[in-house]
Amino acid sequence: MTLDFSTPAHYLLALLPEIVLSVWGTVVLLAGVWKGGATSAPRAGSGNLAVLAMVGVLAAAFANGWLYGLTPGQGSTMIAVDRFHLFANWIFLLAAMLALAISPAYVRRQRLQEGEFHALVLFATVGMMLMGGTRDLIVIFLALEVMSISAYVLSGFNRRDPKSAESGLKYFLLGAFSTGFLLYGIALVYGATGSTNLGLIALAIGSDAAVAGLLHVGIALLAIGFAFKVSAIPFHMWTPDVYEGAPSPVTAFMSASVKAAAFVAFARVFLVGFGGIPGSWYAIGWWLAALTMVIANVIALAQTNVKRLLAYSSIAHAGYLLVAIVALNQNATAGLLFYLLVYTAMNIGAFAVILCVSGHGEERLGIHRYAGLGARHPALAVCLTIFLLSLAGFPGTGGFMGKIFILQGAAEAGLWTLSVIFVLTTVVSYYYYLRIAWYMWMREAAESDEPDPVTVPLTMRFAMGAAVAVVIGLGVFPGGGVGFARAGAEGLLTAGALLLGAAP
Amino acid sequence: MTSLLQAVAFDSWILHVLVWGPMAAMLHVLLEDEERSGHIAFGWTLALFVVSLGLWWSFTVGDPGFQMASSVPWIEAWGVHYALGIDGISLFMVLLSCFTAPITILGSFRYITRRRKSFYALMLLLQTGIIGVFTALDLMLFYVFFELTLVPMYFIVGVWGGKRRIYAAVKFFLYTAVGSLLMLVGILYLYAATAGAGDGSFAYLDILGVSLSMREQLWLFAAFALAFSIKVPLFPFHTWLPDAHVEAPTPGSVVLAAILLKMGTYGFLRFLLPFFPAASQHPSVVTVMLVLGTAGIVYAAWVAAVQPDAKKLVAYTSVAHMGFVVIGIFALTLNGIQGGLVVMISHGISTGALFLILGMLYERRHTRLTGEFGGLARVAPMLALALVITALASIGLPGTSGFVGEFLALLGTFETHPVTAVIATSGVIFAAYYMLPMVQRVLFNELDREENRSMPDLSRREIFILSPMVALMIVIGVAPTPILERMEPSVEAILERVHTTPPAEEPADS
Repeated sequence: MTLDFSTPAHYLLALLPEIVLSVWGTVVLLAGVWKGGATSAPRAGSGNLAVLAMVGVLAAAFANGWLYGLTPGQGSTMIAVDRFHLFANWIFLLAAMLALAISPAYVRRQRLQEGEFHALVLFATVGMMLMGGTRDLIVIFLALEVMSISAYVLSGFNRRDPKSAESGLKYFLLGAFSTGFLLYGIALVYGATGSTNLGLIALAIGSDAAVAGLLHVGIALLAIGFAFKVSAIPFHMWTPDVYEGAPSPVTAFMSASVKAAAFVAFARVFLVGFGGIPGSWYAIGWWLAALTMVIANVIALAQTNVKRLLAYSSIAHAGYLLVAIVALNQNATAGLLFYLLVYTAMNIGAFAVILCVSGHGEERLGIHRYAGLGARHPALAVCLTIFLLSLAGFPGTGGFMGKIFILQGAAEAGLWTLSVIFVLTTVVSYYYYLRIAWYMWMREAAESDEPDPVTVPLTMRFAMGAAVAVVIGLGVFPGGGVGFARAGAEGLLTAGALLLGAAP
Repeated sequence: MTSLLQAVAFDSWILHVLVWGPMAAMLHVLLEDEERSGHIAFGWTLALFVVSLGLWWSFTVGDPGFQMASSVPWIEAWGVHYALGIDGISLFMVLLSCFTAPITILGSFRYITRRRKSFYALMLLLQTGIIGVFTALDLMLFYVFFELTLVPMYFIVGVWGGKRRIYAAVKFFLYTAVGSLLMLVGILYLYAATAGAGDGSFAYLDILGVSLSMREQLWLFAAFALAFSIKVPLFPFHTWLPDAHVEAPTPGSVVLAAILLKMGTYGFLRFLLPFFPAASQHPSVVTVMLVLGTAGIVYAAWVAAVQPDAKKLVAYTSVAHMGFVVIGIFALTLNGIQGGLVVMISHGISTGALFLILGMLYERRHTRLTGEFGGLARVAPMLALALVITALASIGLPGTSGFVGEFLALLGTFETHPVTAVIATSGVIFAAYYMLPMVQRVLFNELDREENRSMPDLSRREIFILSPMVALMIVIGVAPTPILERMEPSVEAILERVHTTPPAEEPADS
């Protein structure tokens, strides 16, 4: 069946996964209300709402798989049913699934309103999926707000904890500030090209119909807006504080999929919309990537709180991903998608272990708490070691294949200096990832530390197992993932090229 | 023998078994209980060693190409292949690794007392990486195995090592990683270069077909040479080695000295010379490599001479020996390279044995300071015999394996670079200067310490460990021809390629 968007029904079909998830989010919300407020004592079986939400994610995944059977229509439609969108959806759905699987125990312990919590995760996911699936700047903005507002609330969700409240407020203020840049950039680009549709923008640029001055300022503002969202240096200041303060399940979710959504939209706007004039943003992207990789990795060396350490690590990963955007070719774009998929699994996996170790009220976050973990909880320690090796990009893990993929794209584009910075900063990152590993395996716990009550609930085990499977699976046999990611990149870039080719 | 091997289609499965057998053994060890882990690991590695001996007969003498080669696509989209094969150079590295593995594991029985299961699992994983490095015929596959050896070694040093084990483990890891990641960029450059004609490929033979300009060759040479020089280690990149050796547990030191260092010089021969023939004979490059190799020989000998810690002394001798290999290789003569290869084998056996003997002494006295011993020849004659022969092989006394290698390497160097050869020869004298006093302090002198009087001689297990090593040192020293005739065609092929492949034209721009 071919989608041509001549009737509203086609829009509904194209947005089926998003619609399924929105409806399901509402159902979860209502179910939470029926079950009773947060003030009631925690009961057994209150993880049920998370399971209910996971069923919704599965349903959306089915819908997403079904969309592969449709042929997207020609032209730069508002909703893009290309492989890029569908691949990005897998990333967000995986992130939502894992985040829902690791959160119930925490939500129960902290007596949070579970209905709202899990519904917000779903709503944020809807926003992300829309961000990856639209060719219109206005819709990108709307989707970004849906995602961001859910994320603001989630990071401040544990309002009895001052750190969480601070994190929520900080995230909201800086997020709103950065959205301002984005919106202003959209306005200027609209002024310069007369359209908010990326395809038409590319056409206008290709036929020299755009007002150059306005356009360049608009592009720069959009770049700043996205740089905030992906937390590239120097727009990263909010990240460590927000990631540290937010509840760990939320940090896991945000650091993986909010970043992924921002990158997906970033890639689509810049590669499709402004791919015709890379000269106007190449230098910005180059320096953002270089600074982000160098500074984030160096600062991470000094961190002793594992959540902050992973926050800086996530900033560093934004640097690697920016290399993929700057390279501006199909391999690099496919590498971006592939990397985001692996990153989602390994990052949420690492946070899942942190959540298990951090104790009742997340008070055990110092790296010294990991001393002797290998002897006390070997399974957890092995999982965390795998995730850390993957984050470091070690052969045998998906993280390595992701890095190779991006580096291949960079090599194709001749970005040798950036590639060398990439690998040298990777060596720096080895140090801090290995530091956690050496605490776990090579040190004994201090006498004074009371034995920690580590419990690993069933859903948590499921999440860790799934994450390990993705990380190792893509590390040993990346072929399938590479093929899908390539198709995704092709979907994005050929659409852009076709439009340009059709210019009068 | 040959017909039997043919009957079981030995050539078609042997390399895969040698690579993945240790990993299967690792899973076996993990499933069994702690008590039996050492025996299981020993059984597997011994069986694999016995099987690997078949390579000696099934290897066709006189064929310079890759034998027993196989290739299946691994990551088709990127042109990555799971391709294995051996030639006259890798044959001996594989045999040496398979020979060392059971010995090392047997040597760990008394030294490793805690977390045994994890230890043997990591040793076996390391073995998979090692054989993979020596047999891979695809650059990405090679890189994966090359890096795969880092993780187990990191944990072996870091968990079972001495007091400063974490420092040593991290230093080892980061040093090696810097080099190998820059090499990765070089590999991707070569990959991009193969993409000129259709799809890119990481296959060794495809990359051999790429024609590179002098400028490109020099840059890529630098990237690859740095990775391998750190691994060798070539002076001045050697500073991680003494730390790693001193802190590593005995089995870790043995594998590190006997096998892991060889990956560096193997990389020189397998990748640097054939890929970048013009750069490899560029006068400045040759000078730099020869000077660094010679400096390593002389410097390491001086430093070794003043070490009170026997393990550190042996660690420095490794730097000196590997210096001989490097000058032998970059002399670019048949004798030089063959000599270098024999030094690699000989050093693997003799230094491995030295570390094992020091480990045995440590198990008895819990010290490695030579001053703590003295007069051991009287109480432990078997141990003394083993140490004397090993030390002499390490020095390079005629009749031992060390002599054949160093003599050929120096001879080959003399053919093209006589001054370097003369300076390097002084290293052989220095070797006697640091090694013999060590032997004297430990074995002879006065038996003046009470603790040493009751020291037990070698146990049956220890005799079983050391005797094959000692025997090999002498056999290779007396009859090196079977080894030399197997490597000669492959070495000649490399030399021919180096001498006859001109660089591509410089591109007009850039």
